[in-house]
Amino acid sequence: MTYPMSRQRTFDPPDELFDDPAPVQPLTFADGHQGWLVTGHAAGRAVLADPRFSTNPQRLHPLLMSRRLPEGEVPPGFFLRMDAPDHTHYRRLLTGQFTVRRMNLLRSRIEEIAADCLDDMEREGPPTDLVRSFALPIPSLVICELLGVPYEDREQFQRDSSQLLRLESSPEEMAAKVGDLIKYFYTLIARKRVEPENDMLTGLIAGGELNDDEIAGMGFLLLVAGHETTANMLGLGTFALLQNPDQLAIVRDDPSVIDNAVEELLRYLSIIHFGPTRTATEDVTIADTLIKAGDCVALSIPAANRDPARFPDPAVLDVRRPASGHLTFGHGIHQCLGQQLARIEMRVAYPALLKRLPSLRLAVPADEVPMRTDMSIYGVHSLRVAW
Amino acid sequence: MKVNADRGVCIGAGMCVLTAPLVFDQDEDEGLVLLKVAEVPPEAEAAVARALTLCPSGAITRADQTR
Repeated sequence: MTYPMSRQRTFDPPDELFDDPAPVQPLTFADGHQGWLVTGHAAGRAVLADPRFSTNPQRLHPLLMSRRLPEGEVPPGFFLRMDAPDHTHYRRLLTGQFTVRRMNLLRSRIEEIAADCLDDMEREGPPTDLVRSFALPIPSLVICELLGVPYEDREQFQRDSSQLLRLESSPEEMAAKVGDLIKYFYTLIARKRVEPENDMLTGLIAGGELNDDEIAGMGFLLLVAGHETTANMLGLGTFALLQNPDQLAIVRDDPSVIDNAVEELLRYLSIIHFGPTRTATEDVTIADTLIKAGDCVALSIPAANRDPARFPDPAVLDVRRPASGHLTFGHGIHQCLGQQLARIEMRVAYPALLKRLPSLRLAVPADEVPMRTDMSIYGVHSLRVAW
Repeated sequence: MKVNADRGVCIGAGMCVLTAPLVFDQDEDEGLVLLKVAEVPPEAEAAVARALTLCPSGAITRADQTR
């Protein structure tokens, strides 16, 4: 097998992922490396939890030639691409900021932001683009307020970060965008040293443990991760609910179902549809397959989340099924730092939207919705809706 | 049922607190796991069992089992 693979249906992963039921299969990487693709849920968990697999880009092989990483080291502070103990050092400086309790305290502010977005939508439309008016602004504004990034600067950083996620961006283009975003954070850090505010960047500066390079790298990671992910879940999730009206009605009419519905949408949609990848640092056996030291392993989160051994009738969207345990936020030490933020954003946003606009519907034929098949995070580029 | 929580292994993902809030908490500074009770109350056992499988780092374990 090899990437890219194409989808036959909007919400389903490529069929070829399921041709062979083996949880670990040979995969040819873009540079010819003979590695592995993990499609099973248990096998995926095993890889992600095992410290013998490294996430260091120096050891990885690319899934697509355009995604080969530019020469050089990981930006300082970019702990997503570090192994323990470096990863642990950086992550620990942030975990206190993303606890379940702290994220739940944001509920009323997120409700306010969602209500403002809905007011704007009602002034503008119908029709309107749900991505531009609702799905993107909510997580974008929330992460800006948490980090202390001026929301007025969004046009530039939203454009830079979406360039980073384009599968066709060249390594040089990506390196340039990373450079731009890091530079942007240097300016912010300099400003906050003079005028401290009540936000995460100021906190990292005041903590005194990190230099500006590290703070900029962390800020860059949090900003990109913070708005691209939830934004795509809100856009794609709304599209999926509109295409499954019985499920939409349950979410709209039964408030008790929302927490589980969010987990099921995360499972069913698996917006991280490209990687992650890991490299074995020694021989490891996963699901009876020997993965040799140096072998690269790509995980298919969409396939793992539709493993029938873990989730019966996996291709069905059922907001009442027990859906926790999906791998959409990953597993192991790199499991998403911002997942509790993403959860509260979605738990607030979907019901707010469906309650305010109960007659929400697509304003274009479903097959004309532009899908993000060209991006490393799946979703919709836009979603024209009416009500 | 008793559980152990290893703050040296914890990565502060919060899955235990999300799943079994009667038993698990996170501290304010580092967001790492704290045990709220010495013994898991019977009504929380099912939730704790789920939390044990959901914990991404293996920081929480049953006290009567070795990791």
